[in-house]
Amino acid sequence: MRIETPALVIYLMADHDTVELAEAAVRGGATAIEIGIPFSDPLADGPTVQRAGQRALRNGMTATRALELIGKLRRRIAVPLIPMTYAGPVMAYGEERFCADLAAAGADGMIVPDVPHDEAGDLLEACRRNGLDMVPLLAPTSTDERIELACRGAGGFVYLVSVAGITGSRQRLSDRVGPLVGRVRPHTELPLLVGFGIASGGIAREVMDTGADGVVIGSKAIEVSEAEGAEGLERFVAEVGTAITK
Amino acid sequence: MSTMPDARGRFGDFGGRFVPETVMGALDELLAAWETAWSDPAFHERLDLRARDYVGRPSPLYRAERLEEYASGARIYLKREDLNHTGAHKINNAVGQALLAERLGKRRIVAETGAGQHGVASATVCARFGLDCHVYMGEEDIRRQHPNVVRMRMLGAEVIPVTAGSGTLKDAMNEAIRDWITNVEDTHYLIGSAAGPHPYPVLVRELQSVIGREAREQVLAAEGRLPDLVVACVGGGSNAIGLFHPFIEDADVRLLGAEAGGDESGTAATLSEGRVSVLHGSKSYVLADEGGQVLETHSISAGLDYPGVGPEHAWLKDTGRAEYAPVTDAQALEAFHLLCMREGIIPALESAHALWLALQRAQPGQVVVVGLSGRGDKDVDAVEERESRA
Repeated sequence: MRIETPALVIYLMADHDTVELAEAAVRGGATAIEIGIPFSDPLADGPTVQRAGQRALRNGMTATRALELIGKLRRRIAVPLIPMTYAGPVMAYGEERFCADLAAAGADGMIVPDVPHDEAGDLLEACRRNGLDMVPLLAPTSTDERIELACRGAGGFVYLVSVAGITGSRQRLSDRVGPLVGRVRPHTELPLLVGFGIASGGIAREVMDTGADGVVIGSKAIEVSEAEGAEGLERFVAEVGTAITK
Repeated sequence: MSTMPDARGRFGDFGGRFVPETVMGALDELLAAWETAWSDPAFHERLDLRARDYVGRPSPLYRAERLEEYASGARIYLKREDLNHTGAHKINNAVGQALLAERLGKRRIVAETGAGQHGVASATVCARFGLDCHVYMGEEDIRRQHPNVVRMRMLGAEVIPVTAGSGTLKDAMNEAIRDWITNVEDTHYLIGSAAGPHPYPVLVRELQSVIGREAREQVLAAEGRLPDLVVACVGGGSNAIGLFHPFIEDADVRLLGAEAGGDESGTAATLSEGRVSVLHGSKSYVLADEGGQVLETHSISAGLDYPGVGPEHAWLKDTGRAEYAPVTDAQALEAFHLLCMREGIIPALESAHALWLALQRAQPGQVVVVGLSGRGDKDVDAVEERESRA
């Protein structure tokens, strides 16, 4: 996949209103859409994404329906589509079949936060065979050795976690983002995108000033959608887009 | 078999480290500290001293003669982990991990608890070693194991209620792991079961194997031979792996795990009814639907009310070295009362599952060792409440 930079990736939970929200996000200037496939026990997620995931599960969302949704989105929007889920649903579906069906539906890559590169062997192979990029996550606590190994198998972009922590809106940017960008940059040609806690255009601007290539916004995008619907989301994405391009 | 797990923390295909990147470095650190400590005589000296003078080890192997008429005349021995300080096997692991946390220089401890036994053990060692203790506990478990909540608070621990999901052990573990991810640099996650990401399953197994090592020596001294059958209850599986592990190379000793079969409203018998998936950092059997979503469980016993199981048990099941069978709430209660009335011992409801299965499977002339993993004081209110409703 090719991510346009400065990148603005919006995370949305797969649910009944996802098409409408994704189209609004793209109109607002999102350069890629991350689609959450819900899991009952999402260890890397804070209260907002947990709530959205529980709601989607109650509404009957499954991996199979999420694949149909991705297919529908692919016909409507042109930016990269990147599903994000956990090892449990992937393993239940079957790694090879999951990747094949994702590729057929038109997805571009995959993010699985509880499959670090050490455990990614089979999934990484299945991604390669099906032309999907596997996006690794790196954190302020990642050692240089781990950064090097994760970047070796990476595709699409490298996802830098802004804090030691779980997803969720935060008031300010951690001072650990700059050093992390600096440590990862020599190991890869791929864009470096920062996520977890990016809740405003102001914070997104600060991320760009550390030398990163873009941001991923999840919890805040969900909160804005919950409160203000698709129009609110479009407005919010446009604000952030302006902040990161100026 | 004793060389398991491999360098990647795999027991066959089970185990591994399915956790967010943020804590991978901490797991490497923990593994290194653990390997250094475990090969250091000074660490064992400290651990053995505390096992003796603080935990009260060795725990007795008690022949339950008045129970034997219910066991086809087999000779039934109870490994009395209920007599440990704090009343359960959980303290064996908690003392060891507190000593490890000291070596890691981590003063803040997070733990999860179901029945409250691991929470109490964690609060206890934190008081003893001057560590700051935070215990996550599901709301439903706080209600049904209230005495243990009071104990934890008296010992200086913060008990954090978890309302997500069914408000039981699984949800408490999710929150403990999220706390650990957030505070990983100054916090040790004191996991209570032989589950979770590598190296926890092997580390907890080794710390709990004192149960099986003692039991093996004790039964040899009493009977002049190894037992025919060794039985333990399995939730996450720490007392069972601790009791089983020293007998694994003894091919003639049958290993039997009692899972929580629950009632018509649900089950927690993960190995009997689950599928292979990932929960809480390792690949193992999980009670999950066909889409991989983890199911709500039910058991009368809070300590067994968990949809996952340690990866080594998954491997022991698949290789056939151990067998696992469900025991219902009603059957566990029957064994609970039997032990109270015949032997004057109030067992934990968890342990009562193992007892029931042992009585069922024992054959005439056999020698049977049953893990009595904890005492039942914590359960008396819940048992009374349930039976007054019936």
